[in-house]
Amino acid sequence: MFRLKLVPSVPSIHFLKYVPIAGGVSIAAVLASIGLFFLVGLNLGIDFRGGILIEAQSKTTADIGAVRGDLEKLGLGDIAIQSFGTEKDVLIRVQKQEGDERAQVAAIEKITSSLGDGYDIRRTEFVGPTVGAELAEKGILAVICALFAIMIYIWFRFEWQFSIAALLALAHDVLTTVGLFALTGFEFNLATLAAILTIAGYSINDTVVVFDRVRENLRKYKSWDQGKILNRSLNETLSRTVMTSVTTAIALIAIILFGGAVLRDFALAMLWGVTIGTYSSIFIAVGLISRFDLKRSDDEDNQIPTPEYERS
Amino acid sequence: MLQFETWKKAVVIFLVITGIIYALPNLFSQNGEKAGTAFLPGQTINLGLDLQGGSHLLLQTDLNAVIAERMVGISENLRLALREEKIRFRSLKAGKDEVTFSLRDDIIDTGKQSQLDTILRDLGRDFDTQRSGQNITIRFNEAGLQNLANQTVEQSIEIIRRRLDPDGTKEPVIQRQGKDRILVQLPGVDDPERIKRLIGRTARLTFQLVDMRSTAQEARSSGRVPPGSVLLESADEGGGEYIVEKRVMVSGELLENASAGFDQNSRPAVNFQLNAEGARRFGRVTGENIGRPFAIVLDNKVVSAPVIQSQIFGSGQITGNFNVAETNELALVLRAGALPAPLIVLEERSVGPGLGADSIAAGEIAALVGLALVIIYMVMSYGLFGVFADIALMVNVVLILGALSALQATLTLPGIAGIVLTMGMAVDANVLVFERIREELRGGRRVAQAIEAGYSRALSTIIDSNLTTLFAALFLFVFGSGPVKGFAVTLSLGIVTSMFTALMVTRLLIVLWANAKRPKQLEL
Repeated sequence: MFRLKLVPSVPSIHFLKYVPIAGGVSIAAVLASIGLFFLVGLNLGIDFRGGILIEAQSKTTADIGAVRGDLEKLGLGDIAIQSFGTEKDVLIRVQKQEGDERAQVAAIEKITSSLGDGYDIRRTEFVGPTVGAELAEKGILAVICALFAIMIYIWFRFEWQFSIAALLALAHDVLTTVGLFALTGFEFNLATLAAILTIAGYSINDTVVVFDRVRENLRKYKSWDQGKILNRSLNETLSRTVMTSVTTAIALIAIILFGGAVLRDFALAMLWGVTIGTYSSIFIAVGLISRFDLKRSDDEDNQIPTPEYERS
Repeated sequence: MLQFETWKKAVVIFLVITGIIYALPNLFSQNGEKAGTAFLPGQTINLGLDLQGGSHLLLQTDLNAVIAERMVGISENLRLALREEKIRFRSLKAGKDEVTFSLRDDIIDTGKQSQLDTILRDLGRDFDTQRSGQNITIRFNEAGLQNLANQTVEQSIEIIRRRLDPDGTKEPVIQRQGKDRILVQLPGVDDPERIKRLIGRTARLTFQLVDMRSTAQEARSSGRVPPGSVLLESADEGGGEYIVEKRVMVSGELLENASAGFDQNSRPAVNFQLNAEGARRFGRVTGENIGRPFAIVLDNKVVSAPVIQSQIFGSGQITGNFNVAETNELALVLRAGALPAPLIVLEERSVGPGLGADSIAAGEIAALVGLALVIIYMVMSYGLFGVFADIALMVNVVLILGALSALQATLTLPGIAGIVLTMGMAVDANVLVFERIREELRGGRRVAQAIEAGYSRALSTIIDSNLTTLFAALFLFVFGSGPVKGFAVTLSLGIVTSMFTALMVTRLLIVLWANAKRPKQLEL
């Protein structure tokens, strides 16, 4: 019977051989990301920076040049206008206005009346400077708390070496994702932040599957050399890793192609996350624990609990 | 023979049927109304404002304005009380958040200590008084500020509700958030700007006599306004200024009703009726001041200042430079009453109904395409077991929809993304099990044993990996706002339901199949 197999049944790839190269590349990528973050910075959306976003749909084809001309006359400062989704839709971003929140609300009214009857206002978003700062603060807190909760859980379930390795792998994923946003200049907004947390969740999911197998094999092949065990664990789980990455990627591609313009950036960030998460589980997380001398004893509390249907 | 206890079968079947029952109304729903499924217990899924269209506004009541206003009131009361007791003072001033004055004489010498104490105590418990030498400072204390915030916010919420939902039919969410914030969520809004106009003004209406002792030009050029009067702008742009007496003759609280209408020249105007108290006062003032202009002041701007032709009692008309829409809005806000403090819009997210409908359609297509592709891929990879996993996947989607309906959680656009993403990730648990079974088969186990071992070995991995993802989703829920929260909800639900479907539904199907067929060989 036909079976689609992207990975041979029993692969024997010498993953650990590539760890030094991968490690070098990753360290370079993380450093570059940090550099980009501080030198170039993120293209923060209005969620964090404050400002106005208006999506308008023309009854006919949108004339972006004319819209730009009209709006620039209003003297609202920096205005970004782009087509969005279809040729009828325009997305207007206006920088934070001088003055307090009232000045921002007045600006929205100016824009909508300037667009006139030829345009249907589909979406208005306005975030005042106070709320923007709060959202940024909460967002950063969310990422940090999530990372630590995950680390503590892993520490609880595995040895501390695993926990450190998982955290570093996660930090690697988050930092390089941020770096990618700085590099491409894609907008970084609340949805992006949600994507990053989901990437963290996905990546840790992948890492835990591999770690589980490592733990099991450490007990199973006591006489084996540690590197050999790690390699075997990676090969054994590779088929599953690829399988899950592909199904997730398929779902994400469906969103990118059909989910509409609002979700597209989010899904793109996630797709990157699936890729980098898979990579980091193998080369960063396992690569790091290969540098530790792992505990080989099978303490009572380290046993895999016997499921109830096996006991009965 | 593979074991699957009867009670477990019962639980699986019960949960799946419950899920289907709760999810079913969504299939037949039209515009959120249950159609033809009224006999079912469930309701349709609560769509977020980004999907059904609507306005989300985070407002802040301007407490500082209220505090400053209260300070002015206190300074006026103090002035009267101190004069009455013949306590001499100077430089009595109302600041932004304090009232200060100095005593001219030593209070012990004059023997008025107890009178002064009584005056200060009569201000109430909300204030703290500080004395240093001859100087006295009065401020709100913590409890006083808290009371003021509570009062202001609660009143504001009531007024906002009356303005936005005068007929009580629109089901807006109007909630207090934190100390001085109000969240307004109003579904199905065509014109968000109108909402902001309705709540963007305090709508404090007063009638004040115009001061005839001087003209606005004179006051402007000399910089002096006659005592007891104040210079106010006209509500019309370029309409000049008026000098009006500070004393408020009649104010908006005494209104009984207001409605849009026309004046004798067929220009839009607002008609109003006063209550008994208002009518009495209005009658007295107009009777005593025939021939004088009477200013109609709205939010400290003079709408118009008609000359009083005759004594007027219970009702009158506000004329000015209005169009019909403006008189309608003005009548509405006057009926609703004045806000205790101006509202500042901190955040706005409004989505038109067109975009919402498009988003739902796009989300549905993405979900269906994603589902179809994953289903095909699973069958291609695992054959019959892939079909089992696919059935579980569909059950999974139904359960998510059922849970959303049952919990009346809000489905947002990112929430749809969460569902699609879960479909990709939901098969992971199945994949883990199937890969494990493959390994066990390769290790030479017989079919039933391999299946049993595959499940038990994969269990701890499945739990570990899903719990960690659940942590990330939980933090999204706690810290996220609005749409992101919606994503966290569907992702979390998806994780829980996918663990259930993979461990129970797929397993049940496989056990049933294996026990019926008793396969000697399994090609996976």
